[in-house]
Amino acid sequence: MVLTHDRSEELRELGALIEAKRPDCVLKWRVAHGELTVDVAPASLRGFTEFLQSDPACRFTTLIDITAVDWPEREKRFDVVYHYLSMRQNQRIRVKCAIREDEILPSITALHPGAGWFEREVYDMFGILFGGNADLRRILTDYGFQGHPLRKDFPTTGYVEMRYDETEKRVVYEPVKLKQAYRQFDFMSPWEGAKYILPGDEKGGDAGGEAKGEGK
Amino acid sequence: MDGSKGFEDVRSEEQRIRNFNINFGPQHPAAHGVLRLVLELDGEIVERADPHIGLLHRGTEKLMESRTYLQNLPYFDRLDYVAPMNQEHAWCLAIEKLCGVEVPRRAQLIRVLYSEIGRILNHLLNVTTQAMDVGALTPPLWGFEEREKLMVFYERACGARLHAAYFRPGGVHQDLPPDLIDDIDQWNEEFTRALDDIDGLLTENRIFKQRNVDIAVVSEQEALDWGFSGVMVRGSGLPWDLRRAQPYECYDEFDFQIPVGKNGDCYDRYLVRMQEMRESQKIIAQACEKLRNEPGDVLARGKLAPPRRAEMKTSMEALIHHFKLYTEGFRVPEGEVYAAVEAPKGEFGVYLVSDGSNRPYRAKIRAPGYAHLQAMDQLAKGHQLADVAAIIGSLDVVFGEIDR
Repeated sequence: MVLTHDRSEELRELGALIEAKRPDCVLKWRVAHGELTVDVAPASLRGFTEFLQSDPACRFTTLIDITAVDWPEREKRFDVVYHYLSMRQNQRIRVKCAIREDEILPSITALHPGAGWFEREVYDMFGILFGGNADLRRILTDYGFQGHPLRKDFPTTGYVEMRYDETEKRVVYEPVKLKQAYRQFDFMSPWEGAKYILPGDEKGGDAGGEAKGEGK
Repeated sequence: MDGSKGFEDVRSEEQRIRNFNINFGPQHPAAHGVLRLVLELDGEIVERADPHIGLLHRGTEKLMESRTYLQNLPYFDRLDYVAPMNQEHAWCLAIEKLCGVEVPRRAQLIRVLYSEIGRILNHLLNVTTQAMDVGALTPPLWGFEEREKLMVFYERACGARLHAAYFRPGGVHQDLPPDLIDDIDQWNEEFTRALDDIDGLLTENRIFKQRNVDIAVVSEQEALDWGFSGVMVRGSGLPWDLRRAQPYECYDEFDFQIPVGKNGDCYDRYLVRMQEMRESQKIIAQACEKLRNEPGDVLARGKLAPPRRAEMKTSMEALIHHFKLYTEGFRVPEGEVYAAVEAPKGEFGVYLVSDGSNRPYRAKIRAPGYAHLQAMDQLAKGHQLADVAAIIGSLDVVFGEIDR
């Protein structure tokens, strides 16, 4: 999509302005795809949010979304991502906050009452705790659900399945039994570096391997 | 029912009164889906409303992580199934933004046309069923007749009445036949009468006004605090519309007005929706006119879109491309974007994180109804139990998108 009005320049100005005003909070900022992203530390999240909300040059008064991204191989496993909108300045901003699995993030419900459910959802889906959220119950999953589904190590099929039991006259939970394994197709072509050894290739040894390079 | 063992004739001390808790839903016709609403009532006055959602949770975001970008598209029809194409639009915009693909002009016009049809589809359903929630039976019958005609237009464009999968990354799946454009245009002219009829039934209806005026008043500040968008902010007097403020596709060349309310109550939101349908009609008329005069391709032929059918018969590369596109799918460059559209219910956005493979690493769907329903406690507090139905209707919730 080509933006009708390219506003990257405005965003760069805004990014520089925010960094100049709150150098203690901003770890890094960048403009990509016409969007401004600011990285902040968990400790300064609340103060920074308040600044974004009240500063006359920002006025990011509408909380659009809170979500998280799981990067299991990183030490700071989760990126918690906040999207704000300023209806007055007609700007958007994305605030990112990298945290470890055992870290607790400050809740912003005192500043944005609408953050409550979004934080609940992030807790439900990723298991990230928000300190100061008075109502951190699960929201989308079942009552009594175990685990956090959107973590990368949670299987898509889940662990339990549910059915109505005619003899017991109630709903029962059982471990998932699949008639067929959940298929994750590997579309990587052998020329592009599939990690597995193709059937027949194991006999080739070095002679075949040379032509393919890192092909195996 | 308050826990005591029935009436006791002699009671020396003042009777102890406890608030009464009821479950509204999950299978209540006025809940517009599977909403379990735990209401704490003091007599008939709502003291606290606690919505329990997630009964329709299908794990869309998790499923999307293991499917290709193109396979994920139909999931968006199943979010807000009242106006399916508007959701697809956000997904396509996100992909196109990351890939830097420009959509051909004709495809943009078709997208605008069908987005506005979606808006009318949605508002027709919402306005009329909200009226049914407050006691009117005729509006939904009249409204659904028009909806049926619109869904035939959906079907004629893509073959499906609801789950369209019509907007594709890079454009739209197929071009519209000329007679379909004429028929849409003709329907558009006739629809004014149908809208006037519904208007006549409701707008000055005494019962309808009694049930909606001054119910669930949303102030400007509340609309900002709770992250409202769409009709929920416009009803409160904020002239905010993404089609105007952050125009996507070619909305900036269309002539339409953005209606705003004054009081922010259910009645104003109803009026805004009615007026928005009339504005959508204007856009549809303009889009039809433009579509007649501007022929062209409807897909940005490149990596994202399949080759032409005719080309596939003669070109080996085209055939390979077609096969690879529908098996492996296309790769999206690494990066993250947020793309939003002004869906009929408010700002519908997709936050897409790509790791450069053929599947999204993470896709977050931002549904407008989620933020709106969250404010239920705030909005319903102090109202009568009967108003709860009117409020839910006016919030315009659809559980497909809220529960995801």
